[in-house]
Amino acid sequence: MTDVLPTMPGLPTGETVVDDTPPMTETREEFDVEIKGTVGAPFVDDPKMSARHSNVFYGEKQAIFDVSLDIGRNEIIAMIGPSGCGKSTFLRTLNRMNDTIPICRVEGEHCLDGEDIYAPDQDPVLLRARVGMVFQKPNPFPKSIYDNVAYGPRLHGLARTRAELDEIVEKSLVRAGLFNEVKDDLHKPGTGLSGGQQQRLCIARAIAVDPEVILMDEPTSALDPIATATIEELMDELKSRYTIAVVTHSMQQAARVSQRTAYFHMGKLVEVNPTNQVFTTPQHQLTENYITGRFG
Amino acid sequence: MSIQTILLTLVALLLFSYFLGRKRSLRSVKKGRGGDKLHSRPAYYGYMVALWAGIPAVIVLLLWTMFQSQIVTSLTVAGLPETMQAESQGGHGLVINEIMNLADSGMVAEKSDPTLKAAAEHYLRLRGISHQAIAVLALVAAVIGMLLGLRMVRPDTRARNVVERAIVWTMLGCAAIAILTTVGIVLSVLFESLRFFHAVPITDFLFGLTWSPQTALRADQVGSSGAFGAVPLFAGTMLISAIALAVAVPLGLMSAIYLSDYASPMMRAITKPVLEVLAGIPTVVYGFFAALTVAPFIRQAGEALGLDVASESALAAGLVMGIMLIPFISSLSDDALSAVPRAMRDGSLGLGATRSETIRKVLIPAALPGIVGGILLAASRAIGETMIVVMAAGLSANLTINPLEAVTTVTVQIVTLLTGDQEFDSPKTLAAFALGLGLFVITLLLNIVALKVIRRYREQYE
Ligand SMILES: Nc1ncnc2c1ncn2[C@@H]1O[C@H](COP(=O)(O)OP(=O)(O)OP(=O)(O)O)[C@@H](O)[C@H]1O
Ligand SMILES: [Mg+2]
Repeated sequence: MTDVLPTMPGLPTGETVVDDTPPMTETREEFDVEIKGTVGAPFVDDPKMSARHSNVFYGEKQAIFDVSLDIGRNEIIAMIGPSGCGKSTFLRTLNRMNDTIPICRVEGEHCLDGEDIYAPDQDPVLLRARVGMVFQKPNPFPKSIYDNVAYGPRLHGLARTRAELDEIVEKSLVRAGLFNEVKDDLHKPGTGLSGGQQQRLCIARAIAVDPEVILMDEPTSALDPIATATIEELMDELKSRYTIAVVTHSMQQAARVSQRTAYFHMGKLVEVNPTNQVFTTPQHQLTENYITGRFG
Repeated sequence: MSIQTILLTLVALLLFSYFLGRKRSLRSVKKGRGGDKLHSRPAYYGYMVALWAGIPAVIVLLLWTMFQSQIVTSLTVAGLPETMQAESQGGHGLVINEIMNLADSGMVAEKSDPTLKAAAEHYLRLRGISHQAIAVLALVAAVIGMLLGLRMVRPDTRARNVVERAIVWTMLGCAAIAILTTVGIVLSVLFESLRFFHAVPITDFLFGLTWSPQTALRADQVGSSGAFGAVPLFAGTMLISAIALAVAVPLGLMSAIYLSDYASPMMRAITKPVLEVLAGIPTVVYGFFAALTVAPFIRQAGEALGLDVASESALAAGLVMGIMLIPFISSLSDDALSAVPRAMRDGSLGLGATRSETIRKVLIPAALPGIVGGILLAASRAIGETMIVVMAAGLSANLTINPLEAVTTVTVQIVTLLTGDQEFDSPKTLAAFALGLGLFVITLLLNIVALKVIRRYREQYE
């Protein structure tokens, strides 16, 4: 794909910056469309989650190439990039959802609070309760709204009495901004809600197990602008309690909700920078091409 | 002209009318008759004309098959001398039978009775005429239909819609045949059963505890009145079906879960067809497996434990039948489980559920209609199964819930009642219909219950 990129008119050509320095450099790579490591600031102090030299393979095919990235506490990090560049794949390595795909193999170091989540003594099932996930398409279970939210707490024995469970359900629905709309219909099926409500139900379901990190894979791509706005507001409120990583195809959404933005390209992490910087002065040629709509 | 020749000619005629219709449609648009553009593709005009030719011919042929034997016989009877005519009306068509036999055996010449001989010849002649007539009639109908159809080929004729409608009617007809056949079977079983209940009170049948349908030939023989209490038979059916389902449901469901959620693609590709082969084994084979291998094994095992096991036992039949039923449950449940969207699995796993929790709490409830369908199919098979029971569970109508004793089932008794030479209106033979009716009612109830189960589940969740 790199060799079919159009040369940028009006920009000087010829100069190629070979980036051997650690990825923290501030070098502005305008003309190098080859990806040599990550530019920008992929690392933060005291990260909530971190990945180092992450490589992911589907059978023979490699989908993620040597990605190193930190996710800071109580921040929202947006992951953008053209379709098929591996955003979802990378997101799923962070709660080991890739383990459920038989042909998928993950290499590298992935930590939550400094603990290696792929260590042999780690239980992926417990990990997924700490690192929750919201999917692209709302996927409520064909159960009542109440049972959807109570599903996780019941599994993990978070409530000893019915009253406690009621409380968890109510609290989660309140935090997901859905409670007022459904408080009289808690025993109606969750599948009967509108798309936006269903997605907030899925967020409530994820919140109910009290995770530390919430991974969202294109959470609004199946929703209309109004439902999207509701969810974006919700994410903003949630970030005070949770750490959120969100994959999105909407650059406006990334700009609105996130503090940092990571740009992926063909399985590689190209650039990570504060969001306003990425959208105003992108450091890498590929990032600029993408956000100015030249491809992707 | 024989019927094959008629049909072949008809097919040729239909092909001919197809091409004629096609060609005419192309020509008509060139001449600009009724528009300058064909409404449908030329082939549709061909089909339309073929339909016009085919349908009248088929109707004529159908009418002929329905009425020809009646007409020919009544004409034959009309040709008989007065005395014989009266006799043939009173004597249940005995004379007619004789005439027909005579005609069909082709030995007309050797028969001595001249009137019968004449009648047989007359009958044969009439039948020949009727064959000729029908050939002519059917072909004439087809040709007239074709001509009419051809007249309708104009560019603005909506041939495509005509063909579409014909297809809809054909499908409706097929569905109707299936339904009507079922209705017919049910009605005939019902009426024969009613005749049986004239001879044996319905209460005796439903609540009687002894089944021994051997009616005596002479009134003064011992046991001249058979006992038609069906309870032991239905109890035997239930016992064996329960054993079979107790084997098949857990095994089938577990295999389905393994196949849909744990097996590697390789494993699945091998295991699934192998499991389905179980469904292809003829039940006789299962039957002698049950009788020759499983039953002796159970007997030995029972003796080792100090139990008294009959050499033919409900357990042997039930176990083997259970094995036979596994593929019905595993296959349908596997399909139902695999059809649950991946998003449901991911949602559950993403909340920190283990695989088996996901299966129990999300997949099985979501796949319940399919699973219940599989179990239901298996249950109907179990209730209707005959061969394994005859061979492994015996024929003695014991009223027992001890699986180690010999029992018999409804279907087995139906077979024994109807095999061999039977009078067709003795209570013994008619009892078979009553038993059949009972089975039918049970399967129907089973279906209704299953539908209710599924519906309740749906009301709760969807
Ligand atoms: N289950 C899988 N089996 C095999 N290959 C896969 C699988 N899932 C993803 N891939 C491959 O991995 C690469 C990255 O896919 P991924 O779904 O992570 O992309 P993405 O960035 O999320 O794309 P999109 O924006 O379209 O969702 C793609 O080339 C895809 O073909
Ligand atoms: Mg994706």
